[in-house]
Amino acid sequence: MTVTVSIPTPLRSFTAGQDSVQLAGDTVGQVLDGLLATHNGLKRHLLQEDGRLRNFVSLYLNETDIRHLASTSTPVRSGDVLTIVPSIAGGSPAVEAQPTLSHAEVLRYSRHLLLPEVGVNGQRKLKAARVLTIGAGGLGSPLTLYLAAAGVGTIGIVDFDVVDLTNLQRQIVHGTSTLGRPKLESAESRLTDVNPNVRIEKHATRLTSENALEIIEAYDIVVDGTDNFPTRYLVNDACVLLGKPNVYGSIFRFEGQASVFYAKEGPCYRCIYSEPPPPGLVPSCAEGGVLGVLPGIIGSIQALETIKWIIGAGDSLVGRLVLFDALKLRFRELQLRKDPACPICGDNPTIHELIDYEAFCGIGAEPSYAGPEITAEELRREMDEKGSNLVLIDVREPHEWDIAHIEGARLIPLGQLPERLGELDGHAEIVTQCHHGARSMKALQVLKGAGFGRVRSLAGGIDAWADRVEIGMPRY
Amino acid sequence: MTIRLSGVLVEEIRREGELAYPAECCGVLGGRIAGENKEVSRLVPMVNHRTDDPRRYLISPEDLLRTTADLRQSSLEVLGYYHSHPDHPAAPSEFDSAHAWPWYSYIIVRVDHGRAAELTSWVLEEDCSAMRQESLEVLSEV
Repeated sequence: MTVTVSIPTPLRSFTAGQDSVQLAGDTVGQVLDGLLATHNGLKRHLLQEDGRLRNFVSLYLNETDIRHLASTSTPVRSGDVLTIVPSIAGGSPAVEAQPTLSHAEVLRYSRHLLLPEVGVNGQRKLKAARVLTIGAGGLGSPLTLYLAAAGVGTIGIVDFDVVDLTNLQRQIVHGTSTLGRPKLESAESRLTDVNPNVRIEKHATRLTSENALEIIEAYDIVVDGTDNFPTRYLVNDACVLLGKPNVYGSIFRFEGQASVFYAKEGPCYRCIYSEPPPPGLVPSCAEGGVLGVLPGIIGSIQALETIKWIIGAGDSLVGRLVLFDALKLRFRELQLRKDPACPICGDNPTIHELIDYEAFCGIGAEPSYAGPEITAEELRREMDEKGSNLVLIDVREPHEWDIAHIEGARLIPLGQLPERLGELDGHAEIVTQCHHGARSMKALQVLKGAGFGRVRSLAGGIDAWADRVEIGMPRY
Repeated sequence: MTIRLSGVLVEEIRREGELAYPAECCGVLGGRIAGENKEVSRLVPMVNHRTDDPRRYLISPEDLLRTTADLRQSSLEVLGYYHSHPDHPAAPSEFDSAHAWPWYSYIIVRVDHGRAAELTSWVLEEDCSAMRQESLEVLSEV
């Protein structure tokens, strides 16, 4: 039997440059012996000292590894091709110890392990990862649920709030059974039920300039699920100072945005928003409302970016801002650029430590809308006494009016008030009323400014009324 | 011998290293021998069969056999291999030297925090004792 032995380039110096050699034999072993007899130099590259084939050499008879046949006893036929295939391996030094996965974890994460982008290595990285989420509210709920389910080893949560009935429309990590309990405890019990392998580190505090660096330092990645500007700037600055990635998300009514701020490679939050908006301009979710699914979408994007960051897959949102419009169901993307003049991550930074973020955002320095107030109980009494001589103006929005309103009140939303002053009797005694008493105080200023003399604002708004006067009225 | 390849191919190796980060990328350098030079004209990215450890790579013999045959169709041969060192210098590790074959060129690209850095080429010494850096010439684009 004459067989062709194909020689790989590195070994051709031992076969006088020939890329193949014709040899006779009945088995692979015999052909191999013939090869080594005529080309002795090949021996140390193909065989171990004990005469067996080296580990990183494979012999293929036509298309098949001889290890899958009868090894060196495999019979050969004329015209067969025996190919020497070097096995090519290598790697970098210093193998970092990653946690291993138990059999139960392998099963739990099997859908991850099937993805080459995650695989065993990615899953071990997730297990080793330490992620800090700021807030266990609307964004924090889907975020922590998905991170826990994905097998992120340690999840730190900063929150100091308790679970309230108005939270449950969107904060799906909490439930009816945990109403009134601290959000940290509520989240912990749900998350450890989702995945008992996950360690929850609870930080029952408000994040402040005093504690932020110490808390954040112990984590690899920070995910910002806050709903207010001072904390957002605080998280940004602390992450820039510590060199940590900040997975950002924010939501309002039907719109959301997300990005990854990582000053080492791209812009930070301050590069995009150098100044906070004036206080009161952007209402919070409590004032402006939010569609419950929206934080589910944006928080899930944050979870996605966090997981991608940990396993090193795909393109991160560094340098990109994703804008989501739920009503139009449309995603848009803005390219973000690092601002060389950024006060914290620019060329000549002026911020080297954490500052007073309440003051930076103008909180506490808002123009005060002090004015005469009336309590809910007094209003009840005066309405009964004065009848139509007392005009009650509800300055809330029509959809709030639909939830509940005080019998006899007149709806004039705050935004329409200046142009509808003509509808009001200048000599009438007026009480302005809203949800909690803030807008009604602004309305009072509008009326005073327009010359109305006898105006008071309902302290605590319709909420106080529902609490103490008209028991049974729905509250929101 | 000197290994020569175009800037485009160098960029491709760097990009692959970045994409694979923090794991290692690996692939085959296909080309021709021209006098004292190895002229690389084609890169064939290979599947890294070591999924248990991000700091190792392994090209399966089946894949290599197929790639060698494909290259031969275009009258090209395997001149060597490339792989990345995530967060480590572009110098062969002990593991690299222990598994290296003579004659082949081993291009290593360092990838630092996801960004490709220096790129070098290495060959095994005749006596198989260690690897030595070989000269690598990057051809400008035509």
